[in-house]
Amino acid sequence: MTMNTWMNHTMPKLSRREFIKANAVATAAAAAGISIPVSAKNLSTTHNQNTLTWAKAPCRFCGTGCSVNVATKKGRIVATHGDINSPVNKGLNCVKGYFLSKILYGTDRLTTPLLRKTNGKYDKNGEFTPVSWDEAFDVMAEKFKTALKNKGPKSVGMFGSGQWTVWEGYAAVKLMKAGFLSNNIDPNARHCMASAVGGFMRTFGIDEPMGCYDDFEHADAFVLWGSNMAEMHPILWTRLTDRRLSAPHVKVSVLSTFEHRSFELADIPIIFTPQTDMAILNYIANYIIQNNMVDQSFVEKHVNFRKGNDDIGYGLRAEHVLQKNAKNAKKAGGSQPISFEDFAKFVSKYDVDYVSKLSGVSTKSLEKLAKIYADPNTKVMSLWTMGVNQHTRGVWTNNLLYNIHLLTGKISTPGNSPFSLTGQPSACGTAREVGTFSHRLPADMVVKNPKHRKIAEHKWKLPEGILPDWNGAHAVKQNRDLKDGNINAYWVQVNNNVQAAPNMNQETLPGYRNPDNFVVVSDAYPTVTAQAADLVLPTAMWVEKEGAYGNAERRTQFWHQMVEAPGESKSDLWQLVEFSKRFTTDEVWPEHVLNKNPSYKNKTLYDVLFTNGQVDAFPLSETDSSFNNHESKDFGFYLQKGLFEEYASFGRGKAHDLADFDTYHETRGLRWPVVNGKETLWRFREGSDPYVKTGKGFEFYGKKDGRAVIFALPYEPPAESPDKEFDLWLSTGRVLEHWHSGSMTQRVPELYRAFPDAVVFMHPQDARDRQLRRGDEVRIISRRGEIKTRVETRGRNKPPQGLVFVPWFDASQLINKVTLDATDPISKQTDFKKCAVKIISARA
Amino acid sequence: MSEKVIVCFFVLSLMAFNTIANESIATLRGQTSLSNEATPPLMEKVENRDIKRKRNYPMQPPTIPHKINNYQVDLKTNKCLTCHSRKYTEQSQAPMISVTHYMDRDGNFLADVSPRRYFCKQCHVTQTVATPLVDNSFMDIDDILKAERNQR
Repeated sequence: MTMNTWMNHTMPKLSRREFIKANAVATAAAAAGISIPVSAKNLSTTHNQNTLTWAKAPCRFCGTGCSVNVATKKGRIVATHGDINSPVNKGLNCVKGYFLSKILYGTDRLTTPLLRKTNGKYDKNGEFTPVSWDEAFDVMAEKFKTALKNKGPKSVGMFGSGQWTVWEGYAAVKLMKAGFLSNNIDPNARHCMASAVGGFMRTFGIDEPMGCYDDFEHADAFVLWGSNMAEMHPILWTRLTDRRLSAPHVKVSVLSTFEHRSFELADIPIIFTPQTDMAILNYIANYIIQNNMVDQSFVEKHVNFRKGNDDIGYGLRAEHVLQKNAKNAKKAGGSQPISFEDFAKFVSKYDVDYVSKLSGVSTKSLEKLAKIYADPNTKVMSLWTMGVNQHTRGVWTNNLLYNIHLLTGKISTPGNSPFSLTGQPSACGTAREVGTFSHRLPADMVVKNPKHRKIAEHKWKLPEGILPDWNGAHAVKQNRDLKDGNINAYWVQVNNNVQAAPNMNQETLPGYRNPDNFVVVSDAYPTVTAQAADLVLPTAMWVEKEGAYGNAERRTQFWHQMVEAPGESKSDLWQLVEFSKRFTTDEVWPEHVLNKNPSYKNKTLYDVLFTNGQVDAFPLSETDSSFNNHESKDFGFYLQKGLFEEYASFGRGKAHDLADFDTYHETRGLRWPVVNGKETLWRFREGSDPYVKTGKGFEFYGKKDGRAVIFALPYEPPAESPDKEFDLWLSTGRVLEHWHSGSMTQRVPELYRAFPDAVVFMHPQDARDRQLRRGDEVRIISRRGEIKTRVETRGRNKPPQGLVFVPWFDASQLINKVTLDATDPISKQTDFKKCAVKIISARA
Repeated sequence: MSEKVIVCFFVLSLMAFNTIANESIATLRGQTSLSNEATPPLMEKVENRDIKRKRNYPMQPPTIPHKINNYQVDLKTNKCLTCHSRKYTEQSQAPMISVTHYMDRDGNFLADVSPRRYFCKQCHVTQTVATPLVDNSFMDIDDILKAERNQR
């Protein structure tokens, strides 16, 4: 659809009544001989004044990927509202989305680079001092060059984001992996999606959901496994609610370790003891088998069975006792083939009595839940986010969820959908698809695979054999490496990792403030991460640049730059590309490679990475003249288009096909693979997915033999559980009104006033047992650190006795001082949902 | 002096300090260093004056100008609609929910409130009396047109 047609839908119109009323006042005034002062007029009468310029953009917040219409006037955003033409949200936004218009306008926007200085010179302990971009990049380049020269590529690192636009993530990967020859680049999506990726790769051999949001309108039952969609994915929750209330036969089951807003719609509410979701999933598999409800034909044709290695540790530092004791800590991802009978025997131990006792869930509820999956006439959509992914057995739990859909053949058909939700707007589009993880390359390829590296070298026009073959440091390891002085030059973009990463006191902060390290943070606002940095770069955000995001249903969406960023702010993309000009191949590439490939000598990284004949292939004249494009104007070519087309060449013909660049500016997004101009709603099913061969019915082509894997995996306990001293479970998470660390939403007055400060949600009896009342100031203490907060015994979250919940959006209450840096050993994702704490009165 | 005034004064004095000494740039933490913990602010009351607030633009969902403690909204009932749905506004004299709330995903008008609009708090939120930590310079369309007129 063109811009004109959809503008017509959203143009404000005067109602007849308003028009008559205004005229009546004017007529009366004229009759009485009074002239109305301009300022007292009720209407802006001229067309010029009354016209707003509208354009579309995906929302800046979660992974749902709602489309938003943005109105500008005189270079400023004046309104935002839900896009009625978007299939995702059909005109709706959540409260955060409706206030997007204000996220750019916090009065503490960064407008100039800030460098810590004493007496006019860089000093790690100096005061933040405004500097020019030139000076900022001079100091920064010197620090990166020194690190590379002294210790090589492993001494530099970058921490990016699922909020990077597609081309920002792609440019960052090129700069780090192909420029600095370092795989030490990871996105904050490691904290939120890595276990989902691990689950997809192990079960299907290809990343991202097979289904799509259309499943919401087809399912007969919904099961939420560790997801509070009512607050975290509100617009998908409206689709689920619409279905539940419109079709009375539909049932909703909500599983969590505490009661939250999603329970308002639950037909089968289930509170389980932390970590026992794994046992419940194995019980359901067992129930399906015991009651002969296995879809035999599907399983015979499309599934393999394997037993995964157990006792795999907890992703802690190697010297930790839990790591030393773990049998398979070094072979966490390993597995061996087994038969269906072996699998049936393996899960037979998970009977209803054992699992009821372990999980604290009644046998009646367990049976009701199992029947939803077992009944062949119930189309079921399973939905999960952080409860499953932020889990020391997150990959396993993802695998176990696919098990029950595969056993029953409830997959890839409308309404039968195991659906992994994402938390960030481009966790899928950028972090996963572009491959900004420390072990990945674009289109699901990995750095360890020599064939994959060769493909990337060819696509990037690089000398053969140049790409590094080692897995880089993942998120948690980067912080450990900073603390240990292994990474010395470090760049953080579009995220607030000092607030987000676990165990802040013992790992994050010592790493950032290590005198051997130089830490750069690019952000729009002065976050706590910026506070911990040595150099802060002011950054253009959202519609201050041209961008692309990919949402949880494989939908890629574009937007234009609509307004100018304040002061000297520049986009992350501009920063990455401009910085590359300061390095020559002679400085950062090995001599033997350059001697073998002399044409690469005396080139800048900008020359070899960004003006390689591909990225600079599209002239400035191809940019849309209705919008500015500050990066392309600076570099002299259509930078975003060149990067996108080079990137898209990785996935085309490889089941990750993206449409051509210009198409995305005209549509409300398309779901990949886009083949012959047609998007794909359900993958792996014949007739719906063009990659499934005729006659196959279903084909899980991510695996060589086309079969998905059902995994035998046991219940194993969490890394830390409450004991006599630290006697409560701590779970952390979000609230509806704030997104992630709150750096945007805390600056919107309406959102701030809706939920101003973090609190600890606790059971009234737990409060009474500690002589505490609602509103009392308390200390939450773990083995790693503590925070001060206030007690909330009412409100939206109702934890059971023995568990407390604290949201992490509040920069003045950094709950990650308390959390444990235990990770899933396979995905390296932190478990932010389980650690042991004690709570005492702050006045004691 | 009320608690509110004290808190306001405290926040203002912090901000003033911030502009003088550049020790901390992390605005949302005031002058508390990253390794320290400040006393958390008191839990603020929800503003309960029932006075409508101006919207930033017509499409903005209005914020709720009253308390909603213990309002039941679940599978069984929706307390908000007992005043704000079309059929009850005469007796309640509460504003009727927007006409958009009677439309389905495809824009067709329904006999009653659309189930997709059932959970009010996804868009409509109460406001505490807390003072924002950072000002916001968003200008609504009238401010922008006024500024333009003043420039001429």
